[in-house]
Amino acid sequence: MTKSELIAKLTERYPQLVGKDAELAVKTILDGMARSLSQGQRIEIRGFGSFDLNYRPPRQGRNPKSGAKVLVPEKYVPHFKAGKELREMVDGETA
Amino acid sequence: MTLTKADLADMLFDKVGLNKREAKDMVEAFFDEIRASLAEGDTVKLSGFGNFQLRDKPQRPGRNPKTGEEIPISARRVVTFHASQKLKGMVELHYAKQQQRSSNH
Repeated sequence: MTKSELIAKLTERYPQLVGKDAELAVKTILDGMARSLSQGQRIEIRGFGSFDLNYRPPRQGRNPKSGAKVLVPEKYVPHFKAGKELREMVDGETA
Repeated sequence: MTLTKADLADMLFDKVGLNKREAKDMVEAFFDEIRASLAEGDTVKLSGFGNFQLRDKPQRPGRNPKTGEEIPISARRVVTFHASQKLKGMVELHYAKQQQRSSNH
Protein backbone atom coordinates (compact mmCIF):
# COMPACT_ATOMS: atom_id res chain seq x y z
CA MET A 1 0.00 0.00 0.00
CA THR A 2 1.33 3.41 -0.95
CA LYS A 3 0.54 6.85 0.45
CA SER A 4 -1.95 7.54 -2.37
CA GLU A 5 -3.68 4.19 -1.77
CA LEU A 6 -3.94 5.04 1.92
CA ILE A 7 -5.50 8.41 1.03
CA ALA A 8 -7.98 6.62 -1.27
CA LYS A 9 -8.98 4.21 1.52
CA LEU A 10 -9.55 7.04 3.98
CA THR A 11 -11.63 8.96 1.41
CA GLU A 12 -13.73 5.82 0.91
CA ARG A 13 -14.18 5.48 4.65
CA TYR A 14 -15.23 9.09 5.13
CA PRO A 15 -17.27 9.95 2.03
CA GLN A 16 -18.38 13.21 3.67
CA LEU A 17 -14.80 14.44 3.46
CA VAL A 18 -13.53 16.07 0.34
CA GLY A 19 -10.72 14.01 -1.24
CA LYS A 20 -8.38 16.91 -0.62
CA ASP A 21 -9.05 16.72 3.12
CA ALA A 22 -7.92 13.08 3.38
CA GLU A 23 -4.81 13.97 1.44
CA LEU A 24 -4.08 16.94 3.69
CA ALA A 25 -4.83 14.83 6.78
CA VAL A 26 -2.33 12.14 5.79
CA LYS A 27 0.28 14.77 4.97
CA THR A 28 -0.35 16.56 8.27
CA ILE A 29 -0.04 13.36 10.32
CA LEU A 30 3.18 12.26 8.59
CA ASP A 31 4.73 15.75 8.76
CA GLY A 32 3.81 16.02 12.44
CA MET A 33 5.38 12.66 13.19
CA ALA A 34 8.54 13.41 11.20
CA ARG A 35 8.96 16.79 12.87
CA SER A 36 8.40 15.43 16.34
CA LEU A 37 10.85 12.57 15.89
CA SER A 38 13.54 14.72 14.31
CA GLN A 39 13.35 17.05 17.32
CA GLY A 40 14.03 14.09 19.55
CA GLN A 41 10.44 13.70 20.76
CA ARG A 42 9.32 10.09 20.83
CA ILE A 43 5.99 8.95 19.38
CA GLU A 44 3.70 6.48 21.08
CA ILE A 45 0.63 5.19 19.26
CA ARG A 46 -1.41 2.82 21.41
CA GLY A 47 -2.15 -0.42 19.54
CA PHE A 48 0.26 0.41 16.73
CA GLY A 49 3.74 0.99 18.09
CA SER A 50 6.32 3.55 19.10
CA PHE A 51 9.01 5.50 17.30
CA ASP A 52 12.15 6.77 18.95
CA LEU A 53 15.73 7.59 18.15
CA ASN A 54 18.68 5.27 18.63
CA TYR A 55 22.19 6.60 19.17
CA ARG A 56 24.97 5.56 16.82
CA PRO A 57 28.47 6.34 18.14
CA PRO A 58 31.10 7.82 15.80
CA ARG A 59 33.00 5.21 13.83
CA GLN A 60 35.82 4.78 11.37
CA GLY A 61 34.32 4.17 7.94
CA ARG A 62 35.68 3.84 4.46
CA ASN A 63 34.79 5.47 1.20
CA PRO A 64 33.81 2.37 -0.78
CA LYS A 65 35.09 3.89 -4.03
CA SER A 66 38.49 5.24 -3.04
CA GLY A 67 39.09 3.09 0.04
CA ALA A 68 40.04 6.23 1.98
CA LYS A 69 39.31 6.18 5.71
CA VAL A 70 36.66 8.63 6.83
CA LEU A 71 35.33 9.41 10.29
CA VAL A 72 31.57 8.93 10.40
CA PRO A 73 30.27 11.27 13.13
CA GLU A 74 27.90 10.17 15.87
CA LYS A 75 24.25 10.39 14.97
CA TYR A 76 20.72 9.37 15.84
CA VAL A 77 18.59 7.06 13.69
CA PRO A 78 14.81 6.53 13.79
CA HIS A 79 13.63 3.25 15.30
CA PHE A 80 10.16 1.67 15.32
CA LYS A 81 8.90 -0.94 17.75
CA ALA A 82 5.60 -2.60 16.87
CA GLY A 83 2.95 -2.57 19.59
CA LYS A 84 1.35 -5.74 20.93
CA GLU A 85 -1.81 -5.47 18.85
CA LEU A 86 0.09 -4.92 15.58
CA ARG A 87 2.54 -7.73 16.42
CA GLU A 88 -0.30 -10.16 17.01
CA MET A 89 -2.27 -9.10 13.93
CA VAL A 90 0.71 -9.52 11.63
CA ASP A 91 1.72 -12.87 13.09
CA GLY A 92 -1.86 -14.18 12.93
CA GLU A 93 -1.34 -16.85 10.29
CA THR A 94 1.89 -18.34 11.56
CA ALA A 95 1.03 -18.18 15.28
CA MET B 1 7.05 14.59 26.46
CA THR B 2 5.70 12.11 23.94
CA LEU B 3 3.64 12.60 20.78
CA THR B 4 0.35 10.68 20.96
CA LYS B 5 -2.80 10.19 18.89
CA ALA B 6 -4.40 13.11 20.78
CA ASP B 7 -1.61 15.45 19.58
CA LEU B 8 -2.07 14.27 15.99
CA ALA B 9 -5.83 14.86 16.26
CA ASP B 10 -5.13 18.41 17.48
CA MET B 11 -2.98 19.00 14.38
CA LEU B 12 -5.85 17.85 12.13
CA PHE B 13 -8.20 20.18 13.99
CA ASP B 14 -5.80 23.13 13.55
CA LYS B 15 -4.51 22.50 10.04
CA VAL B 16 -7.23 20.59 8.19
CA GLY B 17 -10.26 22.07 9.91
CA LEU B 18 -11.80 18.74 10.88
CA ASN B 19 -13.94 18.95 14.01
CA LYS B 20 -12.66 17.25 17.16
CA ARG B 21 -14.67 14.08 16.57
CA GLU B 22 -13.62 13.79 12.90
CA ALA B 23 -10.00 14.50 13.77
CA LYS B 24 -9.92 11.75 16.39
CA ASP B 25 -11.60 9.27 14.01
CA MET B 26 -9.24 10.17 11.17
CA VAL B 27 -6.14 9.51 13.28
CA GLU B 28 -7.64 6.19 14.40
CA ALA B 29 -8.49 5.27 10.78
CA PHE B 30 -5.00 6.23 9.57
CA PHE B 31 -3.27 3.69 11.83
CA ASP B 32 -6.08 1.20 11.38
CA GLU B 33 -5.59 1.11 7.59
CA ILE B 34 -1.83 0.70 7.93
CA ARG B 35 -2.34 -2.14 10.40
CA ALA B 36 -4.91 -3.84 8.17
CA SER B 37 -2.58 -3.69 5.19
CA LEU B 38 0.29 -5.21 7.18
CA ALA B 39 -2.02 -7.86 8.64
CA GLU B 40 -2.86 -8.90 5.07
CA GLY B 41 0.84 -9.28 4.36
CA ASP B 42 1.08 -6.11 2.29
CA THR B 43 4.04 -3.74 2.75
CA VAL B 44 3.22 -0.06 3.43
CA LYS B 45 5.27 2.60 1.64
CA LEU B 46 4.83 6.18 2.83
CA SER B 47 7.09 8.27 0.64
CA GLY B 48 9.05 10.90 2.55
CA PHE B 49 8.46 9.06 5.83
CA GLY B 50 9.41 5.42 5.51
CA ASN B 51 8.38 1.86 4.69
CA PHE B 52 6.81 -0.76 6.92
CA GLN B 53 7.92 -4.19 5.77
CA LEU B 54 7.27 -7.75 6.85
CA ARG B 55 9.87 -10.36 7.63
CA ASP B 56 9.30 -14.04 8.10
CA LYS B 57 11.60 -15.33 10.80
CA PRO B 58 12.36 -19.05 11.05
CA GLN B 59 12.16 -20.93 14.33
CA ARG B 60 15.32 -20.54 16.41
CA PRO B 61 16.60 -22.00 19.65
CA GLY B 62 15.98 -19.89 22.74
CA ARG B 63 16.46 -20.22 26.45
CA ASN B 64 14.50 -19.28 29.51
CA PRO B 65 16.91 -16.77 31.04
CA LYS B 66 15.76 -17.64 34.56
CA THR B 67 15.92 -21.42 34.47
CA GLY B 68 18.36 -21.92 31.59
CA GLU B 69 15.89 -24.34 30.09
CA GLU B 70 16.03 -24.58 26.28
CA ILE B 71 12.79 -23.66 24.52
CA PRO B 72 12.44 -23.06 20.78
CA ILE B 73 11.28 -19.59 19.67
CA SER B 74 8.59 -20.32 17.11
CA ALA B 75 8.66 -19.12 13.49
CA ARG B 76 6.94 -15.76 13.21
CA ARG B 77 6.22 -12.81 10.99
CA VAL B 78 7.39 -9.41 12.24
CA VAL B 79 7.06 -5.77 11.12
CA THR B 80 10.18 -3.74 10.41
CA PHE B 81 10.31 -0.01 9.72
CA HIS B 82 12.84 1.60 7.41
CA ALA B 83 12.95 5.38 7.68
CA SER B 84 13.20 7.25 4.38
CA GLN B 85 16.36 9.17 3.47
CA LYS B 86 14.34 12.33 4.06
CA LEU B 87 13.38 11.40 7.64
CA LYS B 88 16.91 10.21 8.45
CA GLY B 89 18.24 13.47 7.03
CA MET B 90 15.84 15.54 9.17
CA VAL B 91 16.94 13.67 12.31
CA GLU B 92 20.65 14.10 11.56
CA LEU B 93 20.29 17.75 10.57
CA HIS B 94 18.43 18.68 13.72
CA TYR B 95 21.01 16.91 15.88
CA ALA B 96 23.93 18.56 14.05
CA LYS B 97 22.34 22.01 14.50
CA GLN B 98 21.79 21.36 18.18
CA GLN B 99 25.45 20.34 18.62
CA GLN B 100 26.57 23.47 16.81
CA ARG B 101 24.40 25.66 19.01
CA SER B 102 25.75 24.16 22.23
CA SER B 103 29.38 24.49 21.06
CA ASN B 104 28.83 28.19 20.31
CA HIS B 105 27.92 28.91 23.90
